[in-house]
Amino acid sequence: MSGPRRVHDMGGLDAGPVCQDGHAQEPWEKRMDAIRMLCGKRGLLRTDEMRRNIEDLGPGVYDRLSYYERWCAAVTNVLLQKNVVTVDELGRKMTEVEQRWTKARKS
Amino acid sequence: MDEGAEVVNAQFGIGDTVRVRRAYPPGHVRAPYFTRGKTGVVDAIAGAYRNPEELAYGRYEGKALPLYRVLFRQSDLWPDYDGPDGDTTIVDVYENWLEAAEGGQG
Repeated sequence: MSGPRRVHDMGGLDAGPVCQDGHAQEPWEKRMDAIRMLCGKRGLLRTDEMRRNIEDLGPGVYDRLSYYERWCAAVTNVLLQKNVVTVDELGRKMTEVEQRWTKARKS
Repeated sequence: MDEGAEVVNAQFGIGDTVRVRRAYPPGHVRAPYFTRGKTGVVDAIAGAYRNPEELAYGRYEGKALPLYRVLFRQSDLWPDYDGPDGDTTIVDVYENWLEAAEGGQG
């Protein structure tokens, strides 16, 4: 008898080879790391909350996202849950950043 | 990073036979799936820490739980294990996931 197994709890399952190539972090990944650290220092986020929110991405999304993409999704969800940001604020900011980025690429 | 608190009133001691509860709740669970329902022996007490299954939901209060290093025989964990009989592995398990067990294997 056993029960449901969650996507991240994969000890003993065949996961294929581990890629051991080192790679440099992208600037956004370093920023993501800094944001997560600052949220911790402000008492907004603990490691276990990060883990829960990453696990809760669920099968598919959990598998598809890269390491720091998972962090980004988890930190975003925690900040929404704790009323630090609203969905509306986030949406408007994302549009603003995207427009700034598009403009910069054209010039 | 949390430092472990002093362990008080530990329910189990080194050498005790324990079984990981065979439970499958939803949510953030720290006892690995492959240990559930399995029997091992307490190898060490790693300290006492607040329950990560509560911290995960923003509940930062609560008393520290003893954290045990539990030694399992590989052949008990994996039905098709074909390595040497003496192979073992150690898994950290919080006290709320353990129950007393007889010396036999579960």
